[in-house]
Amino acid sequence: MSQFRRRLSEISRYPSAVAGLFLIFGLIVLAAYALISIPYDQAVSLWRGGEAVWAENPRNAAPAWLNLLPGVHLPTTMVIDSRALAESKEIVDAGGIKELRIALPVEYTFDGFPKEVNLFFQGSFAGAEPYVSVAWLTPDGREIPVADRSVKAQDAIRLGQDSRLTRRLGNLSAEIGLFAQPGSGQQPVPLKGTYQMVIDALLFEPTDELDAKLVVYGQLHGLAGTDHRRRDITVALLWGAPVALAFGFLAAVGSTVTTMVIAAVGVWFGRWVDALIQRITEVNLILPVLPILIMIGTLYSRSIWVILNVVILLGIFSGSIKTYRAIFLQVKESPYIEAARTYGASSLRIIFRYMLPRVAPILVPQFVVLIPSYVFLEATLAVLGLGDPVLPTWGKVLEDASSNGALYQGHYYWVLSPAFLLMVTGLGFSMLGFALDRIFNPRLREL
Amino acid sequence: MAQVEITANEVRGAPARAVSDTWARVLKFAGVRALALMATVVVGVYLTILIANMGGYVDEMRKAVLREQIALMVQENPEYRLLTPDDRRKLVDDLAAVHEQRLGLDRPFALRSFDALGQALSLNLGRALFMTSDSGSSQVRLIILERLPATLLLFATAQLLIFFASVGLALFLSRRYGSFLDRLIVALAPTSAAPAWFYGVFLILIFAALLRWLPFGGMVTAPPPTDKVAYALSVLQHLILPAGAIVASSFFYTVYSWRTFFLIYSSEDYVDMAKAKGLASSAIERRYILRPTLPTIITSFALTIISLWTGSIVLERVFNWPGLGQLIYRAIGTSDAPVIVGSTVVYAYLLAITVFLLDILYAVIDPRVKVETEGDRS
Repeated sequence: MSQFRRRLSEISRYPSAVAGLFLIFGLIVLAAYALISIPYDQAVSLWRGGEAVWAENPRNAAPAWLNLLPGVHLPTTMVIDSRALAESKEIVDAGGIKELRIALPVEYTFDGFPKEVNLFFQGSFAGAEPYVSVAWLTPDGREIPVADRSVKAQDAIRLGQDSRLTRRLGNLSAEIGLFAQPGSGQQPVPLKGTYQMVIDALLFEPTDELDAKLVVYGQLHGLAGTDHRRRDITVALLWGAPVALAFGFLAAVGSTVTTMVIAAVGVWFGRWVDALIQRITEVNLILPVLPILIMIGTLYSRSIWVILNVVILLGIFSGSIKTYRAIFLQVKESPYIEAARTYGASSLRIIFRYMLPRVAPILVPQFVVLIPSYVFLEATLAVLGLGDPVLPTWGKVLEDASSNGALYQGHYYWVLSPAFLLMVTGLGFSMLGFALDRIFNPRLREL
Repeated sequence: MAQVEITANEVRGAPARAVSDTWARVLKFAGVRALALMATVVVGVYLTILIANMGGYVDEMRKAVLREQIALMVQENPEYRLLTPDDRRKLVDDLAAVHEQRLGLDRPFALRSFDALGQALSLNLGRALFMTSDSGSSQVRLIILERLPATLLLFATAQLLIFFASVGLALFLSRRYGSFLDRLIVALAPTSAAPAWFYGVFLILIFAALLRWLPFGGMVTAPPPTDKVAYALSVLQHLILPAGAIVASSFFYTVYSWRTFFLIYSSEDYVDMAKAKGLASSAIERRYILRPTLPTIITSFALTIISLWTGSIVLERVFNWPGLGQLIYRAIGTSDAPVIVGSTVVYAYLLAITVFLLDILYAVIDPRVKVETEGDRS
């Protein structure tokens, strides 16, 4: 225990180790938060969900915190729902044909234009479908007719895709034309103020109900923005943390511990066991790890757990066996091993109780440095399109970003946020590992 | 890494004899190493084939493709138009059995795996399912050979840059231990945790997307310049970012670890002795520090290269570099198993060749390295 405390106080003398520990702690907190706030099933269904789950999110919106920068006041998403706004609904004529008026106010104060404007309807009708006429009232008193049509029980009017509306707005797509100052020409500027989407509906039975929801999609959304399928990237960034940590940790534990045990066994038994282990290591050195993982991902399974097992298997006979072997060769000759042998300790006892604990301190820094390399390996596979089919990970976000040309189109946030988290993981563990290396390897200590 | 016997005090005899001795020793060493590595490659490739065929999956795929082709052939042949569906099915079955026999698919896998091994070792890698080479061939070997020069160009450039820049900077830093630059490199060493493609993304972001100085990817501008000089310049321009990414991903760590080696070796007594004799610092560096550390450095460099070889797959995808990695990426997209297996075999060869060349280099520069044979023991 006192030795542990001494090591700890030694670590605190290295600023990089403290910084590394700090980053790792932050990641663990992030991972724990992700596990608690979004349960596994929910994370999976959210990430695989399509338009139904994410209908109220804009496509490719940048993170909302950009608005905190000085001089930036870009639109965020506004959802105006008649079910939430009781006063927006007014029954004009209840007899015979029911006349319903829904007025949805939009308070628009942003500098840019929204990404899209969609109007969703939800209703229950006994007979014929209701007929709606939709109009848009601007703050300066203009009234723009938007649509005249009948609506189904679940319906959506995508204003930007209506070419007649676009023509009526002077060849401006609805999300620009509806909010543009009149006469602002080729470089439209938004007109700030309170708009109203007025829906006059004719319902043919007294029991019929109709509700409307106006979604004005912002250019900015959420903590981390959204991707091409309207998904909130925050979900993947959060869930990427526990996945990355678990994968990196398990792979590092699995490969370092087995490698060390095998090196010890080889050295202890010597002769053909040692020779065999050496030969296997040489074969393993020329086995191309990533192509084999790719082969397995393509032909058999992309599950992260299968890949993890293969990674550990290929990592067992890694080049570090040679390093461990050199150390064990020295340990084997030391007097306390001799003593153990004379009192008749079994081979297993000598290997596990006397040899392995002796070199464990060397394992610690190696182990810490290995974790980020496995985290990046998982990201690498994901970037190749071989990520786990269900789990959201950082690498999968990067893959989506690069296959949708995020950098060409200027969606930098899409690449930068997962890359930032990967970098934090890499730096955190390797900064700590490098410092531990200097603490545990006395030869490096004074350098 | 080499299975070698290292004994001290091997350097004897007159200088003239020493040169011819060196070559005899290196040649013998090379021969034995080549044999040992060939054995390693055979085992490695066989393992690759086993993994690729796990559960006979690839064979099932080949059989299915074969059946489909035969079914299509029978359907399109006007001679068979009058057959009843049952007869036609029987005909397809019979033809499929004949072709399976012709391709040896009816024999047990254990036997065929050795055929596959022989074919893979002689780079007879079969035909791709969907992909073709630029010249239109579907031979996996041709497809891969066409892509290899691009990969080799990128990697050779980056590796040579890393090696010489790192040795130079590491020696320089070991002399200025504790200076600002030294501490900066030590602080930057952990950044090497990220692979090359990761830096590639950032380099593209900065130099291609924001500054517009360099191209996003590819190997030459489209259409390729007809003039040879312009072509080379264009390739060079496209090479800067991917090679830069490789250098960025391992440069700081390499410099850091080699500088540490040099520092350890420069505290040896014989270095102090050389200093006391008043030798120039460049001579001390060359003869007393670099010479004894070179074998260690070459080994660590070999391990870096080996890990970089396979790391290139994503790098080439990120930069759209038309090399082997990009090929594998496209093969994944189309599930083109023969191409994936073939590329894996070629990668195994590349790794073995890398190990072999570095072993030879190792033997040339380290006079103590000898082949382990009874007669040589003194």
